[in-house]
Amino acid sequence: MTRSPLRSVRRALFGAALALVAATAAHAQTLRVGLAEDPDVLDPTLARTFVGRIVFAALCDKLFDIDEKLNIVPQLATSYSWSADSKALTIKLRSDVTFHDGEKLDAAAVKFNIERHKTMAGSNRSGELRPVTSVDVVDPSTVRLNLSAPFSPVLAALADRAGMMVSPKAAQAAGANFGGHPVCSGPFKFVERVAQDRISLERYPNYWNKANVHVDKVVYTPIVDATVRLANLRSGQFDVIDRLAPSDVEKLSREKNFKVAKITEIGYQGITINVGKSEKAQQNPLGKDPRVREAFELALDRAGIVQVVMDNEATVGNQWVAPTNAFYAKNVPIPKRDIARAKALLKEAGVPNPSFTLVTPTTSDAQRIALVVQAMTREAGFDVKIQSTEFATSLNMADKGDFEAYVLAWSGRADPDGNLYSFDACKQPLNYAGYCVPEVDELLNRSRSERDPAERKKVYEQIAARVLKDRPIVYLYHRNWLYAHSAKLTGMRSIPDGLLRVTGLKLGDAR
Amino acid sequence: MLEFLVKRIATIVPTLVFVSILIFGLQQLLPGDPAVILAGEERDADVVAYLHKKLHLDDPLPVRYAYWVGGVLRGDLGESVRTQQPVLDLVVQKLPVTVELALLAFAIALAIGIPAGIVSAVGRGTAWDAAANAFALWGLSTPNFWLGILFILLFSVQLGWLPASGYVSPFEDLRANLAAMVMPAFVLGNAIAAVLMRHTRSAMLQVLNSDYVRTARAKGLSERVVVLKHGLRNALTPIITLGALEFGTLLSGAVLTEQVFTIPGFGKLIIDAVFNRDYAVVQGVVLVTATAYITLNLLADLAYVAVNPRLRR
Repeated sequence: MTRSPLRSVRRALFGAALALVAATAAHAQTLRVGLAEDPDVLDPTLARTFVGRIVFAALCDKLFDIDEKLNIVPQLATSYSWSADSKALTIKLRSDVTFHDGEKLDAAAVKFNIERHKTMAGSNRSGELRPVTSVDVVDPSTVRLNLSAPFSPVLAALADRAGMMVSPKAAQAAGANFGGHPVCSGPFKFVERVAQDRISLERYPNYWNKANVHVDKVVYTPIVDATVRLANLRSGQFDVIDRLAPSDVEKLSREKNFKVAKITEIGYQGITINVGKSEKAQQNPLGKDPRVREAFELALDRAGIVQVVMDNEATVGNQWVAPTNAFYAKNVPIPKRDIARAKALLKEAGVPNPSFTLVTPTTSDAQRIALVVQAMTREAGFDVKIQSTEFATSLNMADKGDFEAYVLAWSGRADPDGNLYSFDACKQPLNYAGYCVPEVDELLNRSRSERDPAERKKVYEQIAARVLKDRPIVYLYHRNWLYAHSAKLTGMRSIPDGLLRVTGLKLGDAR
Repeated sequence: MLEFLVKRIATIVPTLVFVSILIFGLQQLLPGDPAVILAGEERDADVVAYLHKKLHLDDPLPVRYAYWVGGVLRGDLGESVRTQQPVLDLVVQKLPVTVELALLAFAIALAIGIPAGIVSAVGRGTAWDAAANAFALWGLSTPNFWLGILFILLFSVQLGWLPASGYVSPFEDLRANLAAMVMPAFVLGNAIAAVLMRHTRSAMLQVLNSDYVRTARAKGLSERVVVLKHGLRNALTPIITLGALEFGTLLSGAVLTEQVFTIPGFGKLIIDAVFNRDYAVVQGVVLVTATAYITLNLLADLAYVAVNPRLRR
């Protein structure tokens, strides 16, 4: 039997094809990300956690995004304009965007999404979009949001989960189970999720900005322990990890194979004081007398706190936004530590040795804050008792007003309103302090309706002058978001929301 | 034998009912409104109200228990509020991982613990005995968490031999699976080996000092037959009991070890669920674990009967 020459050719071709496939496969790059927690449900309407937003940054594009300087920049939108009365926001959309199921993103899809955010049972976005009363499709690439009253923070909401667009077709088909298989329009599409193990995404070939996407897959793995997360980075299991421990920054920065990326967060770390949440407020000098609260703040050395608690990986602050923020009220600077003045104030208030209990969640940061605060304020005469409580329980105590002071962090929102309104306006859900002053409420509402940043800033200065004197919250510092990554990874952007943008990232050599 | 089996199985049902009430009741003692923690950072009042309704949080306890048990009897363990995945799916996803880790750890424990116990009993007072005891003391007193991190630093970061994390299903890639499992299995198995060694040693010492062993030796049987056939078989009963208990504990998820090595098993699942007040997940996992534990105890009872025919009556 003779061998057919055709057969050899076929074989050679097959071999070449195989080699090609192998070469492509070797070139396929996977970005492996170590997260500090397991994200919750991957449905932008229902999602609740910070860590989930890290995954969404690769999965679901938003109408707007924020840049390094917290400016609102278009993402799925191309531009926006406000009506003269500030009650209608008209948004122009990109015309080249499709969802991962191939459906086109148009004005009707945006209308569907905003309405879904507003009306879906259990939606976490309905509060952010409450002032939006209706959505009009002006033409296929123009949509108009009608507001019940002028509300400038809506843009920042649309630069977060409320601005994420999902495929209407897929969302209708999946109903409440959409989060199990999300279909969005981001650079990567959903592949699979194994609870507490991994979330895998792969590159979406028809992404509108595909020229800036340089990796083929992204795999997110949650590892709670910071030491273990770092060990996984060092051993090459990950290319980048979320929330490096501040104590590891110095050592890692000196190693040439790794790099640390940092940016001041938009949130804050602070101590909430019960000034009116429950009867407890009037039962202890701290809640009852503003002079005692002033003395408490004067007894604190913020730089010292940041050094001990955060290894200096934080920016000291005394407001709901960091001093670097455009809306920081410069009329109320960070007070210097002044023990003599603190003692004088306590004497004036008639309580030279006020005692109160400071509730803290069991996270190590919060516990260290409590210890440092306890030691610092003792010098002024305070007797602080620390009560460490598991987080869910401490939150419940705060909610019921069953506390005198509480160490609590806030992850922050791009618009200052997101860091302030719900905490300081009367009867708002996050107003654990029980702070309620009609004049402040009026100012807060004015800050929401004012569109001009310069005018808004003036309102915030008025708010700061009053609220920071009443001290329902004593703000301490703004942490650095710390990402550690392999030196092969380039293109890391430091956006203050602390979310990893995969677009633009490059992995040095193919593995 | 059959009667014995039926009797034992009959006791399982009331035990499970009791366990289910206990899981359900104890969980209600957890402080904090689950809706508040599940509502996320914003804690929007509408969301909290919605979760109250969805989770029947405003209904009296017995009514909520009835809802849950009704679901369980229909094979529906509920849904994770946090990730929206059905609890049954989670259990089905995690159980094989936990079982594999438990089996590997247990195999390592048996392979080390029992021979070490025998050697140490037979060579009582010798250097072998001292070495085995030192090993047991080390195994008992080394925290899993710490040993795990040291292993990762040595074998993954320094030497680069084994992956620090990254569980792969054995059906996908057995080699990668074993590479990911060997460190956690050893860390877990090591501690259990120590317990097994101590128990094997004391049981063997007792047996080896008994009259029939002396008789066997007097008959001129080889030491090997005396120790392994006459000695070990009679020493096995307490070891089986202990083994079943230890294995059952492994099945409930090795929380710390799973955290360190990022093994997606029951331990990680239940810890996250407790902190997030994801009640349905906690209840589902504990119920499955309890069932496994009870079944293992039954199997241990059957194993006694196999090694000790006197119990068959």
